[in-house]
Amino acid sequence: VGHAVLAINGAEVNGRFTADGKDVLEFLANPANYPVSIRFGRHRLSSNEKLMLASMFHSLFAIGSQLSPEVGSSGIEMLETDTFKLHCFQTLTGIKFMVLADPRQTGIDALLRKIYEIYSDFALKNPFYSLEMPIRCELFDQNLKLALEVAEKAGPFGPGS
Amino acid sequence: MSRSPGRKQENHKISRELFVLTYGALVAQLCKEYEKDEDVNACLDRMGYSIGIRLIDDFLARSAVKKCRSYSETADIIAQVAFKMYLGVTPSVSCSSATGNEFSLILDKNPLVDFVEELPAERASLCYCNLLCGVIRGALEMVHLAAEVTFLQDRLKGDAVTEIGITFLRKPEDRKQRR
Repeated sequence: VGHAVLAINGAEVNGRFTADGKDVLEFLANPANYPVSIRFGRHRLSSNEKLMLASMFHSLFAIGSQLSPEVGSSGIEMLETDTFKLHCFQTLTGIKFMVLADPRQTGIDALLRKIYEIYSDFALKNPFYSLEMPIRCELFDQNLKLALEVAEKAGPFGPGS
Repeated sequence: MSRSPGRKQENHKISRELFVLTYGALVAQLCKEYEKDEDVNACLDRMGYSIGIRLIDDFLARSAVKKCRSYSETADIIAQVAFKMYLGVTPSVSCSSATGNEFSLILDKNPLVDFVEELPAERASLCYCNLLCGVIRGALEMVHLAAEVTFLQDRLKGDAVTEIGITFLRKPEDRKQRR
């Protein structure tokens, strides 16, 4: 049904194995290990999958702006489904920030603008970050995490991703 | 300069003198490394460009300006918002062509040359503040506006005022769908 095992008894699971190399199915088959607590959830996307989805969305965004009956449309700002809302903010420089959140989550607009500030501070002002490359800046990740936590607390339900 | 509420109040202001000295040291070093003024000017322009392409997002994120609908609006924003935000001065803007794509920014005060009176004789065609031209050019390019930015007049060279000329190179109608 699209869900995968994320953790067993608190320890994170990667595919079929736990962090210390135990085979998950074997562990679950052995009654001596019961009771056991299992956390299920949606699979985290790999970097490749993220790139692929982002480039598909980029094309949809461009098509959306062209098809729009309004002249100078700002493109797709929000995509709403039953289970999540995808918010997109495009800067005047053409960078798109996308946030996937629970449909009931509020304050995403403010979050997107905050992320823009964080990007302009900790990615762009880092002289070792090259434009258009994946962002591997410690400070960027830290501040992004903080901003997400603030946004989650503010909204009635979490989490964003 | 407005900051969003969540931001920590970090008032770590760096001294203006340090900034001006740093810029001066940069230009002095370039003069040592390059004999020709044109080379120094080109180098300053390149450095300014790489600052501009990054600075633009900082500017847009903090000033929340909306998309400009004309070159004239763009020139006004550069003078009244950007220069004010980053250098604390507000040059005056004038349109210098009938076609509406050439503008001049007249700088009354220029913090970068606070401590410089005039150029030495052997550096007569040095554009001391050419970094600024590169910054403007780079920033405009990132919002898909190609422009040529140069110093038209320079007090350091004996002119009456310091004037930066911005020439926008493409008509707004020609602008392609942004990426």
